[in-house]
Amino acid sequence: MITTIEPGLFTTIQDQGRWGFQAYGMPISGAMDRYASQVANLLVGNRPDAAVLEMTGTGGTFKFDEKQMVAVCGGDMQGLLNHMPFSNWSSFIVPRRGILRFDAAASGYRTYVAVRGGFEVPVVLGSRSTCTPVKIGGHEGRVLRQGDVLHVGQDMECETRLGKLEDKYVPQYGSQVQLRVILGPQDTMFGSAALDTFFGSSYKVTKQSDRTGYRLKGPKIKHLGSADIISEAVWLGAIQVPVHGMPFIMTADHQTTRGYAKLGSVIRGDLPKLVQTKPGDCIRFLRSTEEEAIEVLQKEQESYRNIKQEW
Amino acid sequence: MNTVIENNNLDAKILPFGESAILIEFGKGIDPMIHGKVKMFTENLDLSPLPGMIEYVSAFSSVTIFYDPVKVRKMCQESPEGKSLLTFEILAAMVREKLGKLEHDADYTPRIVEIPVCYGEEFGPDLQYVAEYNKLTVDEVIHIHSHGEYLVYMIGFAPGFPYLGGMSECIATPRRQSPRMSIPAGSVGIAGMQTGVYPIATPGGWQLIGNTPVELFRPLDNPPTLLQSGDRIRFYPISRREYEEYKGGRS
Repeated sequence: MITTIEPGLFTTIQDQGRWGFQAYGMPISGAMDRYASQVANLLVGNRPDAAVLEMTGTGGTFKFDEKQMVAVCGGDMQGLLNHMPFSNWSSFIVPRRGILRFDAAASGYRTYVAVRGGFEVPVVLGSRSTCTPVKIGGHEGRVLRQGDVLHVGQDMECETRLGKLEDKYVPQYGSQVQLRVILGPQDTMFGSAALDTFFGSSYKVTKQSDRTGYRLKGPKIKHLGSADIISEAVWLGAIQVPVHGMPFIMTADHQTTRGYAKLGSVIRGDLPKLVQTKPGDCIRFLRSTEEEAIEVLQKEQESYRNIKQEW
Repeated sequence: MNTVIENNNLDAKILPFGESAILIEFGKGIDPMIHGKVKMFTENLDLSPLPGMIEYVSAFSSVTIFYDPVKVRKMCQESPEGKSLLTFEILAAMVREKLGKLEHDADYTPRIVEIPVCYGEEFGPDLQYVAEYNKLTVDEVIHIHSHGEYLVYMIGFAPGFPYLGGMSECIATPRRQSPRMSIPAGSVGIAGMQTGVYPIATPGGWQLIGNTPVELFRPLDNPPTLLQSGDRIRFYPISRREYEEYKGGRS
């Protein structure tokens, strides 16, 4: 049993998402940073779909009743175990009555805590992920509050060890990020001048960004005509540009359908970079291709395999 | 010279959407004919999904298929002709092949779903306004609303929320000037030419005319929603007592 002493700014239970129900209007949810959350599971020998804690901006404080093996990956929230600092991107033992405390993110924005066996919450529509807009999944369909008690499950799949992940697998988070973009499906609703603006400018992450999407601010991207389309599906990474001309990038809890032109999509392999940015950080966009995007995904999967083998 | 293409009633535009989705557009309008093609195509996808397909979302006039591009890439590399092609090109060719075979198929038989509505009172605080706006009596509004047959074009916005077509223009009413902070689940409303039912409590600016005791979103069931794209629905009026009996009977 793990007790929430301080919940942090926005802490939820997430796994790799609720797939197969978008046709019913159900958001996918799941960990915003797929890479950090999966690596956290690997470091404690969990199955990839085990549920982890996702903390946002400022982390919480948790008291462990029993000894547990834990891994912390993602943004650096200056974690302390019984007042002693520990390394991010490592697995370690939290002793009985141990207290794990996190602070504001010194780098990155989202931090994942995996416990060996995963967090045990009811599976709703095939997933343990919290979807706060719909109020289902995770711990009572909501963010953690002070006093919430979490239980550890049985979602481990292999033996594991303690230690720090090799640096080559640890991403560097900065306040300037470049994201690769594949154009379409409505890029033709923008002129070449608008595309030059989009690819030539820096966009700031606004405070209105959350798990549904990143709302950016910068030079206006003008439509040739209307900004509206007949509502159709949107998807992780899709860059929607409503009439005000500011990009809105869809993330985990995005609505399944929307009615604004989509200029392009951030390649999936770059989404972990996006979701580690915080309000005020700057984003630039680069043109990419399907081939490059798939290569990046293949490399990511190779990293998972290598970490699993080496660990 | 394009007679063949014009006669091909499942002609569609196929577009890439990132590296892991493909958009198939059957037209550009909100039209039962176009939606019929959408439905015909998704019925086929249910029976024979594309390789690497994860799921699809059907909308007013389009279907978006989400897939695992690494899987499809791997599959491409196993065939000599697939090696030099993009995963999008491979899947687009498969979609075209499907569409070619589908054009002779008969259309689908829609499900008819009847939804009880308690109109007016605290369930429909804007019913009077909708009547006044359209120079009708409250009873006339209820009669018109409950005598239409509505097509579920799409589920979106929130889980189980149906985008419905087919409402009479006689009861069309603009959205409220000031949206409500929270609209209760089950609310039946009108916004412009549309009518809809709210499956979960959300903020919104629709004119509320009633409430249904039926749950449109059922997260513990599979499928998790009462309605699906392509369903036809009818509303029928119930009394407050029937409404309460329905609610009571369920719990």
